[in-house]
Amino acid sequence: MAWLPVVIKACYFLAALLFILGLKRMSSPRSARGGIVWAGVGMLVAVLATFALPDMQNRGLILAAVLIGVSAAWWSGRRVVMTAMPQMVALYNGMGGGAAAAIGAAELFSYAGKSVTLLDGGQFTANGVDTPSAAQLVLAVLGALIGSVSFSGSLIAFAKLQGWLDRRFVFPGQRVVNLLVLAAAVVLGGMIASGQLTMPLIVAFFVLALLFGLMMTLPIGGADMPVVISLYNAFTGLAVAFEGFVLQNEAMIIAGTVVGAAGTLLTQLMAKAMNRSIGNVLFGSFGAAGGAAQAIAGAQKPIEASDAAVMMAYAERVVIVPGYGMAVAQAQHKVWEFAKLLIERGVKVKFAIHPVAGRMPGHMNVLLAEAGVPYDLIADMDDINPEFPQTDVALVIGANDVVNPLAKTDPASPIYGMPILDVSAARQVIVVKRGKGTGFAGIENALFYADNARMLYGDGQAAASELVAALKTLDG
Amino acid sequence: MIDGFLALYIFMLAAFTGYEIIARVPVILHTPLMSGSNFIHGIVLVGAMIALGHAQTPFEMTIGFIGVLLGAGNAAGGYVVTERMLEMFKASKPNAGKEAK
Repeated sequence: MAWLPVVIKACYFLAALLFILGLKRMSSPRSARGGIVWAGVGMLVAVLATFALPDMQNRGLILAAVLIGVSAAWWSGRRVVMTAMPQMVALYNGMGGGAAAAIGAAELFSYAGKSVTLLDGGQFTANGVDTPSAAQLVLAVLGALIGSVSFSGSLIAFAKLQGWLDRRFVFPGQRVVNLLVLAAAVVLGGMIASGQLTMPLIVAFFVLALLFGLMMTLPIGGADMPVVISLYNAFTGLAVAFEGFVLQNEAMIIAGTVVGAAGTLLTQLMAKAMNRSIGNVLFGSFGAAGGAAQAIAGAQKPIEASDAAVMMAYAERVVIVPGYGMAVAQAQHKVWEFAKLLIERGVKVKFAIHPVAGRMPGHMNVLLAEAGVPYDLIADMDDINPEFPQTDVALVIGANDVVNPLAKTDPASPIYGMPILDVSAARQVIVVKRGKGTGFAGIENALFYADNARMLYGDGQAAASELVAALKTLDG
Repeated sequence: MIDGFLALYIFMLAAFTGYEIIARVPVILHTPLMSGSNFIHGIVLVGAMIALGHAQTPFEMTIGFIGVLLGAGNAAGGYVVTERMLEMFKASKPNAGKEAK
């Protein structure tokens, strides 16, 4: 069976190639759909090849675990609504991190029990654990650390976005405590990597690593979650690459590294869109700045849906600014219906999307695409901001922090410095909002109190329906 | 056997590849792309299978089993979610779109 190892190596090569080509195709709208299929084929090839590895045991167990994992994830992934996509990505990403950590754990524990590491010395031992090299040991520990952090951190991100954990956990000296936990994990990791492979040490190491992921994510506010998920995505990639080196598996090294690099860049792009550094997101005091949350003078002025509809029906230019509220209310179809009615009346309608509107970058684009809004009606922040002064009505649906003028005017505000959509420059602003509360970041919004702003209270779906109905009666 | 420096070269080249692929991506594809790269690191499943395939004690088997379970979830879930997102891009008018700049 001398040919089998070569075939398997070739399969891994093919998988790595398909991953890169698939990712490349995914980076352009036209070929994107094909890209995921290519990558999917690559995955299938790699998994089948792994089943065929000559020195594998426990094949029944492996098959069972694969089947259970695949069907559970497939079922949940099919069923989940589009608006809940971000937390699902966080969840699946956490699973990947957990898997990488588990590989690290399995390797370290198998080194710990020296007696069981003797393998029949076939020339193709994908798992060459008989004598772990120093580099393998170090990377096994590093991969396990990063994977564990990604695992527990992603689960917290999932819980937060799912609404199970709706507040930040902040206490004085948190940063110091977090750093101490990390330092302790690193020290234990160093001891393990230097050859002290004892059970208690390895267990303590994993507990600390998982704990650090938890504690690092808990104080981060919901508004920052996109950046955090993207970062953990890159983390998982890196962990996979490291464990790939430990297992001497080229497909894992390449795929993991590509994702690690791509994810890091994506994280930077996102953080930049919020005018913050990654370090600031992770260790900054977003929302925790306690102090001078400026009291805002004035009152919110309500408006009826029928009046709002009339206002927009006779406007020349209307810009619709969607946010997470639209996603939660599943209002994208109704909003597009309303926009189409306006367009029929000759109103120039555009959708303005803040880079971090929603829970992930591009989240709003995905939802609007689902509703059938053509790309050319959707404008980025930099393109639309100069147009607001010529805009008659800006309709804000479920967006809050990304249109908050305090980001420009109030240095004490936690979101100070974040670029915003300049809706307050429009002649009239109509804000569709469920209630008078603050946004996800827990910050008051000066826009709602502005002279040219009117509040249309209600769930996004209901408000959009009322607007549509009002517009239709207008036409008789 | 991949030795240290060969691995370093692979790391370096793969990192550049990942960086270059993402560098010119339009904002509208950020979410699907994050999801897509999330799927690709589902290759961790292969590693978990190898770990379970070499597990000797019940303890190691348990860890390996959990690893395979999680890895399979990453791969399958990542695929389904990405595919569903990209499906919608296919549905909308391709000609009206702004291609990557």
